[in-house]
Amino acid sequence: MNLPVQVVVLWSDALLFALTAACASFAWWTRRQAVLRAAWVRVGKDPVAMAAATVLAVFVLVGALDSLHYRARLPAQPGQPVHYAVEVNSVLDALLAPLRLNTEKTYSAPLATRLFAMETLPGSNERAFPRLVYGGAHLDAALDGHDGDVVRRTLTGLGGGLLLWLPVFLWLRKKIGAGDTVKNKANNAIAATLLGIFLLTGVALSLGSGYHVLGTDKVGQDVLYLSLKSIRTGLLIGTLTTLVTLPIAIVLGLMAGYFGGWIDDVIQYLYTTLNSIPGVLLIAAAVLMMQVVIDTHPDWFATAAERADARLLALCLILGMTSWTGLARLLRGETLKLRELEFVQAAHAFGVGPLLILRRHILPNLMHIVLIALVMDFSGLVLAEAVLSYVGVGVDPTTISFGGMINAARMELAREPMVWWSLAAAFCFMFILVLAANLFADAVREAFDPRAS
Amino acid sequence: MLAYILRRFFYALPILLGVNLITFALFFVVNTPDDMARMQLGVKRVTPEAIEKWKAERGYDQPLIWNAAAEGSAKATKTIFFSKSIRMFVGDFGRADDGRDIAREIAVRAGPSLAIALPTFVLGLFVAIVFAMLLVFFRATALDFGGVILCVALMSVSGLFYIIGGQWLVAKVWHWVPISGYAPGLTAVKFLLLPVVIGVISGIGASVRWYRTIFLEEITRDYVRTARAKGLSEAAVLFRHVLRNALIPILTGVVVVIPTLFLGSLLTESFFGIPGLGSYTIEAINAQDFAVVRAMVFIGSVLYIAGLLATDVSYTLADPRVRLQ
Amino acid sequence: MSLLAVRDLVIEIPQGEVFRGVDAARPVDGISFDIAAGECFSLLGESGCGKSMTALGLLRLLPEAARVAGGEVLFEGRDLLRLTEGEMRSVRGGGIGMVFQEPATSLNPVLRIGRQIGEALALHEGLSGTAARARVVELLTQVGIPDPARRLDEFPFQMSGGMKQRVMIAMALAGRPRLLIADEPTTALDVTIQAQVLEVLDELRRRHGMALLLISHDLGVVAKMADRVGVMYAGQLVETAPRAEFFTAPAHPYSQRLFAALPDPTRRGGRLATIPGSVPAAHVRHVGCRFAERCDEVIPACRAQPPAWHEVAAGHAVRCILGQAVAVQKVGAGATATSEAASPDFQSRLTGASRLSVSSDTRPELKVGAGDTAVDVPAPVSFADLGFPLRRQVMAAAAAAPVLRVSDLRVHFPIRRGILQRTVGLVRAVDGVSLQLQPGRTLALVGESGCGKTTVGKAILQLIAPTAGHVELAGTELTTLSPAQLRPLRAKMQMVFQDPYASLNPRLTTGEIISEGIQALRPGEAGAARLGELLEQVGLRAEMAGRYPHEFSGGQRQRIAIARALAVQPELLVCDEPTSALDVSVQAQILNLLADLQRELGLAYLFITHNLGVVDYLAHEVAVMYLGRIVERGSTDEVLRAPRHPYTQALLAAVPTLDGRGKEIVRLPGDMPSPANPPTGCHFHPRCPLAEDACRVSYPSETKVSATHDVHCLKMAG
Repeated sequence: MNLPVQVVVLWSDALLFALTAACASFAWWTRRQAVLRAAWVRVGKDPVAMAAATVLAVFVLVGALDSLHYRARLPAQPGQPVHYAVEVNSVLDALLAPLRLNTEKTYSAPLATRLFAMETLPGSNERAFPRLVYGGAHLDAALDGHDGDVVRRTLTGLGGGLLLWLPVFLWLRKKIGAGDTVKNKANNAIAATLLGIFLLTGVALSLGSGYHVLGTDKVGQDVLYLSLKSIRTGLLIGTLTTLVTLPIAIVLGLMAGYFGGWIDDVIQYLYTTLNSIPGVLLIAAAVLMMQVVIDTHPDWFATAAERADARLLALCLILGMTSWTGLARLLRGETLKLRELEFVQAAHAFGVGPLLILRRHILPNLMHIVLIALVMDFSGLVLAEAVLSYVGVGVDPTTISFGGMINAARMELAREPMVWWSLAAAFCFMFILVLAANLFADAVREAFDPRAS
Repeated sequence: MLAYILRRFFYALPILLGVNLITFALFFVVNTPDDMARMQLGVKRVTPEAIEKWKAERGYDQPLIWNAAAEGSAKATKTIFFSKSIRMFVGDFGRADDGRDIAREIAVRAGPSLAIALPTFVLGLFVAIVFAMLLVFFRATALDFGGVILCVALMSVSGLFYIIGGQWLVAKVWHWVPISGYAPGLTAVKFLLLPVVIGVISGIGASVRWYRTIFLEEITRDYVRTARAKGLSEAAVLFRHVLRNALIPILTGVVVVIPTLFLGSLLTESFFGIPGLGSYTIEAINAQDFAVVRAMVFIGSVLYIAGLLATDVSYTLADPRVRLQ
Repeated sequence: MSLLAVRDLVIEIPQGEVFRGVDAARPVDGISFDIAAGECFSLLGESGCGKSMTALGLLRLLPEAARVAGGEVLFEGRDLLRLTEGEMRSVRGGGIGMVFQEPATSLNPVLRIGRQIGEALALHEGLSGTAARARVVELLTQVGIPDPARRLDEFPFQMSGGMKQRVMIAMALAGRPRLLIADEPTTALDVTIQAQVLEVLDELRRRHGMALLLISHDLGVVAKMADRVGVMYAGQLVETAPRAEFFTAPAHPYSQRLFAALPDPTRRGGRLATIPGSVPAAHVRHVGCRFAERCDEVIPACRAQPPAWHEVAAGHAVRCILGQAVAVQKVGAGATATSEAASPDFQSRLTGASRLSVSSDTRPELKVGAGDTAVDVPAPVSFADLGFPLRRQVMAAAAAAPVLRVSDLRVHFPIRRGILQRTVGLVRAVDGVSLQLQPGRTLALVGESGCGKTTVGKAILQLIAPTAGHVELAGTELTTLSPAQLRPLRAKMQMVFQDPYASLNPRLTTGEIISEGIQALRPGEAGAARLGELLEQVGLRAEMAGRYPHEFSGGQRQRIAIARALAVQPELLVCDEPTSALDVSVQAQILNLLADLQRELGLAYLFITHNLGVVDYLAHEVAVMYLGRIVERGSTDEVLRAPRHPYTQALLAAVPTLDGRGKEIVRLPGDMPSPANPPTGCHFHPRCPLAEDACRVSYPSETKVSATHDVHCLKMAG
């Protein structure tokens, strides 16, 4: 087989897609549940939540594209077997190839045409800001047309974005029609958010073909590219961690609450003990130890990408192992209450076994808590990644992440004038992602929490 | 009540023992001392002698839990478990890689940590409760709605940006305070001002929103309606009735962290160059100084458990139902 | 001039952004009434008809979602709806005091009661310090709290429910209000405590000349307290009348059906009248009469326009097109569905119904003086008067082997204290209960809250492990069986729970709920046909199997719960207060259903309840529980007509009667002691009017009054 690419499925990719499938089946289950469905309808009617969901969807799309990995086939040598590149790329990498490959020498400001630092130009003793290799390369030597070019490209981008947005908008309009004003409001929020996204994307595309829209970093990599690549890391940590947390928290929380007695004592002891170790320190200690394991077994991993991936997964595992306690305690308390409810007593009166009672009567009535915990945890985990990377116990240094970007930029804070763009880029992307997640989580909590209504 | 506190105290002992076992397993069982030595000395081209020397310097050259070669009680005491884990119960944390006594270092550094953490905690609690009360007083108005949105926005910013932004704006652009550094005595104030303010602001979003939820839940209770039916003003209802009751759930979340304030803040201290326990920990993590990390994990747990005890005691003070039953 | 005049009060709950397009709910839709100084006016109605909303609206204490949309509330000539918030505050607590339903939650749990009352004093009387303290003591004395100087430093959790409600009343009185609004003040209390609290309210009203707006769903309470009655239905008043008039000749079809739905002994073995359907939701807009949908005398004109007020007699107005004609026509009407209400001796039946305690041979002080009532009191129903089918059944059943035999059942819960959590005491929730139940019979287990009756039910079903004693189901001892051995027997005994909202899993469909037992115990029988059959058996439709519990009303949910229990074809059904969460009209539906099922299927019921009216209607035998033990047991007639234990007598005397006339009440002082620390000797002696030294020494053994009637009392009162 001479495929142009060799598909690579990293563990994190597989888990991410498994998680997506799990979410889909959960959604299918909630459709059957009248109460939960009503709650989702409430979320669907909340304009803020729908705007946030739109933003999240775009982030998830970027993350998903970045999770389809492959190795490109190397140019065929006659008589040789087919070889594939060592480098593992994703579909996103392919789409952003110009951004990924057009690296400068070092720092350059957004939309700049020259490097940020003075250099001795070759062939003379003069120190000057050398021209960039790619940024503004289409301009003439005098850079006369720079401002005009930027304005023109911006307008083109805005126009293009608007043009692409209009059919979507009309489709949304047609789908809802007139009448239901509330639904309209939510849909208008989606449309407005999409408009913003389309316009920004248009401008970024149009400017990006000639400039580094958000500048370049120390080794000359495009900051926009780095920001987009960081999204997958953030999403993975925010979601895969809960994949570890949920089963532990649900099983232990339900068991402790339902069976009571010594089982409850043991589980309570377990989570009080784990909980009593300060979170960051426990994570730091575990990550340090994991690092030792990975470093002393270099033979386990075929590519650098696999090693980085293993480290990312291990981080999720560690975060999950240390963060199930809160949810478990919550579920234990709720199970204690549910256990005394009369419908559970009625099931006892039929001699229904404990496992069936847990599955039929307890767990479905706790699902809203699990869901709320899931969405509430997400934003916290994205923020935690940045802090942990800063502390030095985050993802692999070769993995592009918001924390890594901030950490790298921090070194240059003292510089005069400041290198602010990678910090600003990380700030904006993270802020939008976390804000959207928080707003969406709020809406979900309000819709699902029986006390809220 | 004394019996109650005593009982809670006895419950705490097995937890501490559990923490001790977890740290022991993490630091000595997951990776053998040989692995750690190899890692610290550089994975390739390490001679066995260098490893032995590294281990001997740190006292890792003993058996893990049972020293068959030793005599009598030394069979149990001349082990890594005893000398590195059990000895922590009596405050013996051994020496850091730079040769300094960890226990003494911790004692010295707790002061600066507390100097930041305590004002941040007190001020943060006060400001958050006041703002939450304000939002609840103006509940269901534009002010409340805007306040909640602001809280969510504040929550969505990483703590790192508060510090970086604050340092840049206040210290670098306005030159109001030094960017970083620390001095003992009263001069410390100028160094502490910015980190404390930043600490308060970065925590305010989450806590105001949380307290607001508690107040709002409390305000729907029947006794609040009774208080209003008496003719009390809304302010009296809020401050005399709602606040007292809302303090009980707030206490659970708040009192437990008070002892852990000693640990300081990892981020703030390292950014502002405060020689406290937070920066000590970060330095140790970066230098992979396992002895220090292990000591900090243990101390953190002790303080947390002290916090749990304090929570129980504070309950008995705040809630007559607990006190008198 | 009246003290309070309410004119066309409308309260709305806007449905908010999300539900725009749906009309705002109107829980109160244009009600008008007057209260004169010193008068007691009672708003009567079932849940959801807008009584409480009205009360809160008067004081502008509505929940935040609701608002007053129109009308006037004139209090002493001032329109309260136009006052500023500051002026309104001086009215709250000053001009108008209010007492709420739930004493347990209505007091601030972390403030001492002296301080909570003192707050009102400082506000309205300007008192503080020792003067305030003295006044608090005075107020607490007025509401009958013993040792007030000590108790004012207590916290609410240290007091019993009845005491808390007294504190609430004292607090409401602190500002010397001219009007006291009491919103279901005794609904959360036991019947003996209810009697105490009602007496306090009545006495205070008389002494201070205070007007009282009493909100209640309980006809008995209203009959005891009110001067005038207003009946509310779906947000409106439908009838107002002086008390005597109302209780002798209710004019509105709804009022009449409320009376007819009350269970009482004269209908034992027969059927209760029910009102089909349920109260319409508050956001429904009506064109005609709001009751038309549920009224079986409805004529087309009822649906055309809202009926106008119609004066039936002086001070007695009714909002019904049929007007006076209805009342006249009703009396002497034939065998319509509501004929129970319209029996020729309607009036006498009403008085009879109320007289749960009366019998010509009971102790004289317990008697409702027959001479007081204007009409003849029918002789109490005796065994011989029972309907034939029922009587035959009873005779047959008495001979059969008991389906349930409980002997010396004990359930003790340990109290753990101290560092090592040693067991330092026992809560003797059930402490030696013995009973027997024949197939096809109903045994009512009666007692106040906390007496252990529910625990008995659960221990019989082995939902709680008994500490000691024996439970024999159809000859098989249950207490020694393992869970696996017990499983097949579980099909023979089932339970119907109190709270129809907590007893159905909201995540399962009706079909799944009902088939749970079949799948667990009779797997072969599962099937759609059986499901439909069960649903129809309890008066629901087969196609409802796919619906979720939240789509059903409280009464329908209780039917589902009954169907679930019936699904496994039990012989014994333990009914734990199955109707106490339901309105009277719905309660009647459920009681009818239970009676039908017993007739058809020969079920035995252990009916756990505190409602003596229900007991009298439904039960064959009665056992009265006090503090974990049965103090008196016998046939219904024996126990309710000729009670021998002072506690039973007091319990019966405490039930308010519909004629509302004074009766000599055996006042039961104090509250039930804690089962963790029962009094020595007879558990009842600290509250017993007849107690003497011997009672304090040892627990009285069983005394046989007749073959079926046992009493545990040394005095054998009577």
